[in-house]
Amino acid sequence: MAETRRKFLNVLIGGALLGWLGSVLYPVLSFLRPPRLAEANVNSVKAGLASDFAVNSGQIVKFGRTPVMLIRTDTGEFRAFEATCTHLDCIVQYRSDLKHLWCACHNGHYDLQGRNISGPPPRPLAPFTVNVVNDEIIVSKPQPVG
Amino acid sequence: MMTALRYGYRALCWGAAWCLCLGGGAFAQDAPPMPEGDQCVACHLDLEELPEDFQTYDVHLKQGLSCVGCHGGDATTDDMDEAKAPGTGFVGVPARTDTPRLCGACHSNPSFMHDFQPRIHTDQVEQYFISVHGQKLKEGDLKVAECTSCHTAHAILPAADARSTVYPLNVPATCKTCHGDAAYMADYGIRTSQFDAFAESVHGKALLEEHDVGAPACNDCHGNHGALPPGVASLNQVCGTCHVNNAQYFAESAMAEPFEDIELHACIECHGAHDVRKTFDAMTGVGEGSVCLDCHDEGEDAYEAAQEIYAHLAGLVAAYDSAAAQQREVVRVGMDDMDIAYLLKDAHQSLIQARTLVHTFDPEKVGARTDEGVAKAREALALSLAQIKEFGTRRIGFGLATLFITLLAIGLYLKIREIDKR
Amino acid sequence: MAARARSKLYAWLHERFDLDPLLTYMRHKRVPVHRQMVWYYLGGVTLFLFAVQIFTGILLLFYYQPGVDSGHESVRFIMDQVSFGWLFRSVHSWAANLMVFFAFLHMFSTFFTRAYRKPRELTWMSGFVLLLLVMGLGFSGYLLPWDELAFFATKVGTDIVGVVPLVGEPLKELLRGGPDVSGATLSRFYAFHVALLPAIFTIILVLHLLFVQRQGMHVPEAVAKLPPSERKEIPFFPNFLLKDALLWLVVLNVLLYLAVFWPAEVGLKADPFSPAPEGIRPEWYFVFMFQTLKLIPGHVVFIEGELLGVLFFAVITVAWLLVPFWEIKARPGRKVRPMVIVGVIALVYIVIMTAAGYLGGLE
Repeated sequence: MAETRRKFLNVLIGGALLGWLGSVLYPVLSFLRPPRLAEANVNSVKAGLASDFAVNSGQIVKFGRTPVMLIRTDTGEFRAFEATCTHLDCIVQYRSDLKHLWCACHNGHYDLQGRNISGPPPRPLAPFTVNVVNDEIIVSKPQPVG
Repeated sequence: MMTALRYGYRALCWGAAWCLCLGGGAFAQDAPPMPEGDQCVACHLDLEELPEDFQTYDVHLKQGLSCVGCHGGDATTDDMDEAKAPGTGFVGVPARTDTPRLCGACHSNPSFMHDFQPRIHTDQVEQYFISVHGQKLKEGDLKVAECTSCHTAHAILPAADARSTVYPLNVPATCKTCHGDAAYMADYGIRTSQFDAFAESVHGKALLEEHDVGAPACNDCHGNHGALPPGVASLNQVCGTCHVNNAQYFAESAMAEPFEDIELHACIECHGAHDVRKTFDAMTGVGEGSVCLDCHDEGEDAYEAAQEIYAHLAGLVAAYDSAAAQQREVVRVGMDDMDIAYLLKDAHQSLIQARTLVHTFDPEKVGARTDEGVAKAREALALSLAQIKEFGTRRIGFGLATLFITLLAIGLYLKIREIDKR
Repeated sequence: MAARARSKLYAWLHERFDLDPLLTYMRHKRVPVHRQMVWYYLGGVTLFLFAVQIFTGILLLFYYQPGVDSGHESVRFIMDQVSFGWLFRSVHSWAANLMVFFAFLHMFSTFFTRAYRKPRELTWMSGFVLLLLVMGLGFSGYLLPWDELAFFATKVGTDIVGVVPLVGEPLKELLRGGPDVSGATLSRFYAFHVALLPAIFTIILVLHLLFVQRQGMHVPEAVAKLPPSERKEIPFFPNFLLKDALLWLVVLNVLLYLAVFWPAEVGLKADPFSPAPEGIRPEWYFVFMFQTLKLIPGHVVFIEGELLGVLFFAVITVAWLLVPFWEIKARPGRKVRPMVIVGVIALVYIVIMTAAGYLGGLE
């Protein structure tokens, strides 16, 4: 009787110990698995292949929490700017007919250097750095000067 | 369509910035060399007998245009009588009616001005005589503003210099000198409250309190030298210089023609003129603050349209607010809100666009945009709730872990009892 | 089969490390059983919480990035992007608070049972130093998320160091890594929190545990006076250790409960140039000191009030550390022991000041 009791107890403790270990190891292993975004501070993002990006077009790239407007000018050059309009925080778009960045909310215009040239925007758009490495477009935060 | 007008304001700013770069020398140095050998300046400085507003930084003085340029006389002699003798062209204080001609002698001459300020306009005098000021001056009214009233006579600076009386931040005060003086303006039968109204307006606050030179001063709507009260036809264009979409929607709306027919002043009927206040959604609708009710009554189609437009806006605002509140909760409990933030940005954008679309006065157009926004806000709300629910599922994990811990604890307890018995 | 493998392994190890004496020691280690033995568990719980801190702390290190531009962001990242990041951060935060709490409790239980007496003077002193180190770990760890409250609490906390004459200013700069709380302070506190303090803590902890092992558990005088026949004991291993483990499991579950239902929050990012927000206060275990400093008038006679407060706590700290050497012995016949009065005064003072700090506002 005492023998079965002891055996049962050992099985209980062993089983519970295994379950407990599982409930510790599972969170730990999940924690160590790299998350969707690899880093807290996004410093650069990949934005697809340069050869797939049409000349005289633009698209929004999610740069962490910041939307970034990546454009390719009609000369084939890549440029990127923060896509949030400096007027009332709408998202700007690329107008291939005007070759301008344009904010639909209040008809604000920015030139291809990100400068506000018409409409209500009070300030230029902050630029981002674009590099093309092995046909891959990489948008990154501009390095601070100095 | 990019009219020159739309570009006008930006061009002005860029132009000013250019002047800053190119003509930097004109006002960057504050200790100008006094014109040498100029006996007027030498004597009057010695005697300290100078015009009240005399400043050594005066842009003309620095370019070598000294007293005789405007007052006539001979600057080469140090004898005061000889310098002002007949035949020297000495005029003393020029008559007020004469100043536009005097200034225009140089400023209306493009080839002359080119040597000093290649980018400066040369049509100021021409414009001035179109203005009410100019026309009255022509009639011999000596109380109206002429060049020196705004630019001063002896302390003239480029408009881009912050010390200038015509620097954007200083313009309202400069105009106020006369237009805010009830006694002075009594003869003209116009209000003198514009400055106070302006100072309370969104534009005035931005300009005078926040020192945002992007905000309009008096001249941005009334014109600089050709100052006129904007007419019925031009008003929409004036506001539309900056508020492009609003003006365009209005011009294309069913409201534009009747407004013109009964000579209503487009924008200002609802928004006011000098006292333009920050807008709010209840300006539409039929409740308190509604501007639609100024003209429309219950029973009209417009009354219903106003109601509908307000309902659309209010619906989106409510949807946005409830989603934003949930987003804050998501952040507070430490869940991921990145996608929610993007969706809310979209919803907010729809709201801004819908508010602009109010100027179409078409409930369907406003509604179409608010529907987009509401959809985004709902999506954000659903995502927030999902995240909060997922936060709740932590409790399931907690329950499971608790189960194992409890089992283990019971096992240990029994084991301890067993061992203690031994 | 398994038993044979086990004895073979033991033989192999014993041959090399001479394990028999160790095993004999463990078998003979005994824990006295009496009504006050509940206090024996407090040190164990604190030790367990320290282990939890090391474990979760190492995990957090995988993602935390010190720095003005990354500290707050990476904590937020741990909370909302890393799976179970919230769990480990919340457990780390709660275990820190519980550890301070249990360390205080452990200290007062030792004080009131007079366990600091000869021969345990060094055990008491090492334990008290450990308590100070725990508070240092709490203070340095509080800043790492680089949020508004922590920023200003650290500013105020390090300012207090500055009032000490002569050494105050240099010490303050040494702590801050510059004249102000800045990114340099964050780097420093990071180094304190994850390397320097844990290293010192571990060394002193090992000493503390060695002392306890060498001297055995302290037995209260009332129990010690009993004839041997009436004194009960249980083996440390496995009986007492299993009871310890049982309690640890309960504490772990409480930790999980707190982490799930009251997760550590993410405050607003610190902005050195913004005005101090309302309600800045240090961690709760510093509040009684903070409140004392607030209550002392600006000038007392000719000494600056704050300086007086700092000196007061410095003297108290040293006195408390040296309790075994100046203990006021009870006179025969007196019912109330002087040291009990001292302890009660200290305890009541801490409780009242802490309560005042929270209830009365800190303005």
